[in-house]
Amino acid sequence: MSKRNSWLNRCLTPKTGLPIQVVWSASALAWGLLIGLWAFLSYGGVVPAMFLPTPGAVFDAALRLARDGTLGPHVWASVEVVMIGFVISSLVAVPIGLLMGSFRVVQAFLEPLVNFIRYLPVTSFVPLFILWIGIGLEQRVSIIIFGVFFQQLVMIADVSKGISKDLINASYTLGSSRADAVLHVIAPASLPGVLDTLRVTMGWAWTYLVVAELVAASSGLGYLSLKAMRGFQVDVIFLAIAVIGLLGLITDQLFRFLRLKVAAWAQ
Amino acid sequence: MGSVTATSPTQLIQARIAPQPAPQLRVDKVTLQYKTPSGSTFTALEQVSFEVPDQQFAVLVGPSGCGKSSLLYLTAGLAEPTSGEIYVGGQQVDGPGADRGMVFQGYTLFPWLTVRKNIEFGLKRRGVPAAERKETVEHYLNEVGLLRFADNYSKQLSGGMMQRVAIARALANDPQILLMDEPFGALDSQTRLHMQQLLLKVWEHSKKTVLFVTHDIDEAILLGDRIFVMGARPGRIKEVLDVPIGRPRNLDMVMDPDFIRMKRNIFHLLHDGPEDDH
Repeated sequence: MSKRNSWLNRCLTPKTGLPIQVVWSASALAWGLLIGLWAFLSYGGVVPAMFLPTPGAVFDAALRLARDGTLGPHVWASVEVVMIGFVISSLVAVPIGLLMGSFRVVQAFLEPLVNFIRYLPVTSFVPLFILWIGIGLEQRVSIIIFGVFFQQLVMIADVSKGISKDLINASYTLGSSRADAVLHVIAPASLPGVLDTLRVTMGWAWTYLVVAELVAASSGLGYLSLKAMRGFQVDVIFLAIAVIGLLGLITDQLFRFLRLKVAAWAQ
Repeated sequence: MGSVTATSPTQLIQARIAPQPAPQLRVDKVTLQYKTPSGSTFTALEQVSFEVPDQQFAVLVGPSGCGKSSLLYLTAGLAEPTSGEIYVGGQQVDGPGADRGMVFQGYTLFPWLTVRKNIEFGLKRRGVPAAERKETVEHYLNEVGLLRFADNYSKQLSGGMMQRVAIARALANDPQILLMDEPFGALDSQTRLHMQQLLLKVWEHSKKTVLFVTHDIDEAILLGDRIFVMGARPGRIKEVLDVPIGRPRNLDMVMDPDFIRMKRNIFHLLHDGPEDDH
């Protein structure tokens, strides 16, 4: 193998592909370093176990809570709230966002208002929502919708604004009406960008979920974490964080898969 | 509608000389002005008038900024003239419609649709029944030599293939006139020659009225029956020339003395004179 083609050389060349083994090794190395550092600090007694549990302790906590049946319902409670909130938000934001990016008048009507609300911290609305809605599932769903919807709207409007005017003109010369242009050109052309937006905002939905559960909930991973803090069960807090991260990773991969399936033409 | 049933090249030439009942395209004193960002008024086209009879291949050739593409957009109904009127098949143009098919300079295939579905797009919008759609799509896939690529997406096609699909897509709608805006301008010279031959062949079969925009003099003479040489600032028609070469045509004709004489003529029309600006 020539020097120019050695994998080390390729690693140091900008915008150059690498063999899959090298890519996987680099990813594994990052995880190895993180877990290694964690193991060193905890097993080595550098940080007291009260503040930093050992990886083994977190694993034991996972087994314990899974076996006594408390982990499952908490995970499901969180997943349920995220799904309901995210789906409702997306179902409304996608069509309105597409219209906002396509019609100047819809944009003029909504944009100033949306940009005002978009910059308000969602957390500042939590007390108000508790007062209005209470501390049930509806309250947590509302916080997720409030946190995600306005961001989705602006991002999806940008996606549809980016559709080439030439494509729309071409459809007109083929006999499209204006409604046809929206349904048969703007909507399908926006699909890859819309899926990317959903993928990114799904991450934010998880963030707002935990915020909502920390403040007012009687189930869910955020609540589990809060309860563990009160009992000084730092291993359970770590477990909750790891599960949230894992669920995030799974949903992210699902969205990637979905984009590959339904928008393969845009890869 | 000025329907001409002439088929042989000589008959076509006679048909052009003979008085036409009504042209397929009539551009009548069209002026297009717009405001520049600095606030002054720019005249893209001034009092442009010309006619194209049915089944004629007309070419607009001119320097950049002469408004030749604007004329296509106005005819397609994608833009509106400041004054003047355009008639296609006797109907005044008022917005875009399927009766005026267009092939754009850039690639405008719908990337989420296969080649087949792209060609079918206009037929679907017009509510053509499925069986007839299938037949028409097959016919035009064959015409442009893309049967093997029918189920590919545009990202798997070369630039030349994409423009072939664009031509098939426009023709499948059976428009009254086909508008072509420098369709081969972005292609390499080799592909461009192939595309010109393909277009000559397809046109011989369909005998569609065409308004073709180019800045390539060879392309204009090779393809056109009649050439409108345009000048810029303001955009206007300087000269109307009939191409004295019969059909069917092929690439060898670029060596023909008539071809070369005409090429020299157009070259001087474009590059001489006090209003020379490009």
